[in-house]
Parts: sequence; structure tokens; C-alpha cells
Amino acid sequence: MTNPFDILAPYLPDVLEPFLLPLLQIGVVFLGLSLIVAYIVYAERKILAHMQVRLGPMRVGPHGLLQPIADGLKLLLKEDIIPRGADSFIFWLAPVLSVMAAFTGFALIPFADNFIVTDVNVGLLFVVGISSLGIYGIILGGWSSNSHYPLLGALRSAAQLVSYEVALGFALVSALLLSGTLSMRGIVEAQIAHGVWFVFVQPVAFFILFVAAIAETNRNPFDLPEAESELVAGFHTEYSGFRFSLYFLGEYAAMVLVSSIAVTLFLGGWTRPFQSWAWLDSLKYMPVALFAFAAYWCVVHERRMPRAPEWRWQRLMLLGLGGGAAVLAVGFAALPPVLNAIQGVFWFLIKVCGFLYGFIWFRGTFPRYRFDQLMRLGWHYMIPVAIANTLFCGVGLVLWRSLGWNFAGSLWIGTLLTLLVALLLAGQTESPEPTLAGQGD
Amino acid sequence: MFYLVNFYVLAALAVISAIFVITRRNPVHSVIFLIITLLSLALLYVQLQAEFLAAVQIILYIGGIMVLFLFVIMLVNLDIVTRQAPFNRQWHVAGLAALVLLAELLAVIYWGRATPTLPQAPPTALQPNTELIGITLFQNYLLPFEIASVLLLVAMIGAVLMAKRR
Repeated sequence: MTNPFDILAPYLPDVLEPFLLPLLQIGVVFLGLSLIVAYIVYAERKILAHMQVRLGPMRVGPHGLLQPIADGLKLLLKEDIIPRGADSFIFWLAPVLSVMAAFTGFALIPFADNFIVTDVNVGLLFVVGISSLGIYGIILGGWSSNSHYPLLGALRSAAQLVSYEVALGFALVSALLLSGTLSMRGIVEAQIAHGVWFVFVQPVAFFILFVAAIAETNRNPFDLPEAESELVAGFHTEYSGFRFSLYFLGEYAAMVLVSSIAVTLFLGGWTRPFQSWAWLDSLKYMPVALFAFAAYWCVVHERRMPRAPEWRWQRLMLLGLGGGAAVLAVGFAALPPVLNAIQGVFWFLIKVCGFLYGFIWFRGTFPRYRFDQLMRLGWHYMIPVAIANTLFCGVGLVLWRSLGWNFAGSLWIGTLLTLLVALLLAGQTESPEPTLAGQGD
Repeated sequence: MFYLVNFYVLAALAVISAIFVITRRNPVHSVIFLIITLLSLALLYVQLQAEFLAAVQIILYIGGIMVLFLFVIMLVNLDIVTRQAPFNRQWHVAGLAALVLLAELLAVIYWGRATPTLPQAPPTALQPNTELIGITLFQNYLLPFEIASVLLLVAMIGAVLMAKRR
């Protein structure tokens, strides 16, 4: 499918064309991402609130829908404090690095077969490499604050990220072995060619990638670098106002980035579920259904609001939103070319949202690990299982390629062997509770 | 033209920040400038269309080794280090080494003046260079590669042994 931005190509001067079109796409990705990040924060507050039988933000706009904008304004206007004794240059640099590392990786993510900023033949390595730079934001921010809690948070973070990056790398390798390319678009196309998402043949690698991704983004239950009950707020304790909001932005953008990597590698990127089953083709009307449901939801909740005059604006806004969603639904249903053009982006975003919901769900569910438990989980279980999985994935591929066995079957033999290894590891006697002397291990 | 400007900017960035690495008193600042040097080298690799090398440079050196550098530096008490005078009592040896290096560099430039082409990628370089490097390492140079990895393994086991002996 052709890139919709190529329509503009004839109208641009020849010299600037190779620069302007990517710039335009980068702008679209950047703005869309900023909006998504702002509303993840809202979604997180809302979902956690509902899990804990609260309402969450309700005041700013209908159901608190304008809360992210209010929060952004508040953070922009707050006083910017640099603690005495802080290294002011690095203090300034650290949050910028954090945001930059998180956003740059999106240049290589294939959002759809018709929407990708650039496709490099080592795309995956670049994404992983650039996103691993985000750790500098944390370490340098923690160090430059000239304060104890941030430094402790930074040290924890460095150790944690370096440990889990190994398992993450091994989990990526098995997807690479299956697709035989490092290009992000090539990986999705390999999944289309095999007719199966890699999560169905490499579930262990997917699981390891997911857990390592949570650890890499410092999310609960691995949020030790910012454990608020021990370290105040960890590495960003001394940050306030706009610099703090940069950290926030970077952290949530990194969440979207790791979800995008996982979706591209294991969940078929822009393809709809079960693409090889033709009788599910009517799934392409999913965007219509979704927006129609949103419109219906808005109307229902407008009916439930009090009739008092001070609620008038809220009711009007909700009706406006519902009307917008209805227009989109009707538009998609009436214009098949538009519906076909948004399929890729729609399914990609739906899968990413599923991941993000998982992140939030875990935060509402799991208690935090102790630091030695975190290290033991990483080094004693995740990394050996990841190595075993890579090995048996190779064995499965040999069975498929050289002996002509069934693709999914031979890979599942590898997966079962990996699970056996995992069982053996789990059956080992637990090492004793740490004493004070043993904590350095 | 674009590539030429690109090359000179990146090369200047690499050299200037390399100078800053050795002149800064604060080791954390030195580390940051070293990261900038390594990053501009990675970008030069990209310009030579050696994307795999660039990505590996970023992942290994910047994402791995420099993080550990910072980790260690933060564990060391910095206040004492910055107040101490840096030990530069080896002026003679250092000067001699620098002179030898300069002479070597000048000689290389002198002998290579007949072919003053700036680094530029051959037009066929946009091949899947990951595969090419894999084939080179695991078929043509398998033995040296294995020896190097065994050496690294020995170093790692040695480090673990020394750390275990309390």
C-alpha cells in the first residue's frame, strides 16, 4: 500500500522533498504520541481508580477528560527549582535525554504498511540501542541532584536495567531467528508470510520480553528506582515543574515504545487478528463499531448527568464528543478507501493500548519486589530461560527447515523443552533469605 | 556537498569532545563527552552505510560500557577526586608518546596524499550488512572469533573467582 504522504510529493521542490516528507511524518508521529502519552496518564488514573472503587478525576471536563491539559498547564507554570549544589548543566540535560531517547525510537516503528517514517535494515538494533540510552536520563538525573535518595534510585536503576537488558535481548533474538531480518517492516512481513503471529509459536520469548519490558520502563512491580515508600520519589525527587513533566513524558513514551516493539515482533504489527482466516474479514468494520460505541457511551452518560445549569457545559462537551465519534463512524462506513487506509494504524494502536492496559493493570495488582528478589528473578530465572528458549528455537527451526516438519509444530517442541528447563529451574531449592552480608550478591 | 558538511561537523564534534574528555576535572563530565565522541563516531558509521556497526556501537559502547563507567564513578567518592590535583608527573613519557603518535599520523597523511578521498560509501554498500558481517565472522574468521570469545570467557571467570574469594 502506498504512503498517503506521497500524494504531496509532486508539489514539493525536488531539493527539499527527501527532507520535508519525513519531517512531516515525524511531526504527525510526535504530536500523536504526545496526545497519547497525555491521555495514558489520564487512563492510568481512571483505571486505577475504578480498580480501587473510586471515581478518579471527575472535575475538569466531563469525566475529567480535560485533566491532562490542566495538569500540563500546572506543570508549565510551576516554579522550576534547582537544588543548591546540583550540577546545573547535567541537571538540565538529564530529563531532555530521557525524552529524546524515548521519542527517537518511534522513527523506526512501522505503525502500518502505509505509515512508517523510515525503515533501516538494522531497524530493531537501532530501536533497542536508542531506547537503552534512556537510562542516562535516570542515572545522570539521580547523580546531578546532589541528594541521597535520587542517587540511590539511580544506582538501583542502573543495576536493574543492565540486568534485564540481557533477558530482553535474548527474547528479541528468537523473533529475529524466525523472521531472518532485522528490519522492523521485514519482521511484520515475515509474520504475514508464515500466516501466524510469532506469539503463538514463541510464547516464552513473548513472556520474557513482556516482563523485561516492565522492568526496563521501571513500572510496578519493578519500580524500585522510584519506590515512593523507600526513596521518596527515587531519581526525580529533586525535580519540579517542567523538568519533572519531561521525565513523566519520557517514561510514558518509553512505555508506548516497548509496547510497540513487542507488538511489531510478536503480535503481527499492523495486521488484524487472524489475517489468514478470510471469514473474519468483516473485522475491518471494527473502527466503525468502536466509534459508534463511543458515540453511544457519550449520549448515555450525558443522559445521566444532572440537569442543573452548572453542568450545562459538561453536557454540551460530552454531546460534542459523541457527535464527533458518530461523524467518524459514519464517515468510515461510507468511505471504504478511508476505512482501508486506517486499518493498519487502527489495529496497531489497539494492540498497543492492550499492552498499556496490562501495564496499568499490573500496577494495580502486584506488590513491589525487594531488590534482591528482583536481581534473583533476573539472573537466576529470566536469563537462563531466555538462553534456553533461544537455543531450542534454533533447534525447532532446524527441524522445520532441514527435516521439513510442520513450522508451528517444530517450534512448539522447542517451547516445550524450554518449559521443561523452566520447571527444572523453579524446582531448585530456594536460596536462603538474604543476610546483611549477602546483600551485595 | 551534504555529506561533506555532515562529515566535517561530526568529525569536529568527535575531536573536540575527545579533548574535553581529558581536560574536564569532573569525571562525570568526562564520561558525557566520551559518550558524545562515541555517538558522533556511530553517526559517521551510518554515513558510511555501515548501519550494523553503528547500531552495535550504540548498544555496546554507549548503552552498555559507558553505563557501567557511570555506575562505578558514582560509587567512588567524587568530592575527594575533584579536589585532588590530577597526577601529571609523567610529562616526559607522555610528551614522547604524543610526538611519536604525531609523527605516525603525519607520515600516514604524507604517504596517503595521493588518494585524498574522504570516506565515502561504495555505491553497492547498501547490502544487508548484518548478514555479511555474520558470514565473515562465522565462516572466514571462525577460529580468531572463537579464540577471542574464549579469552573473554576466561576474563569473566577470573573476575568472578576474584570476587568470590572474600
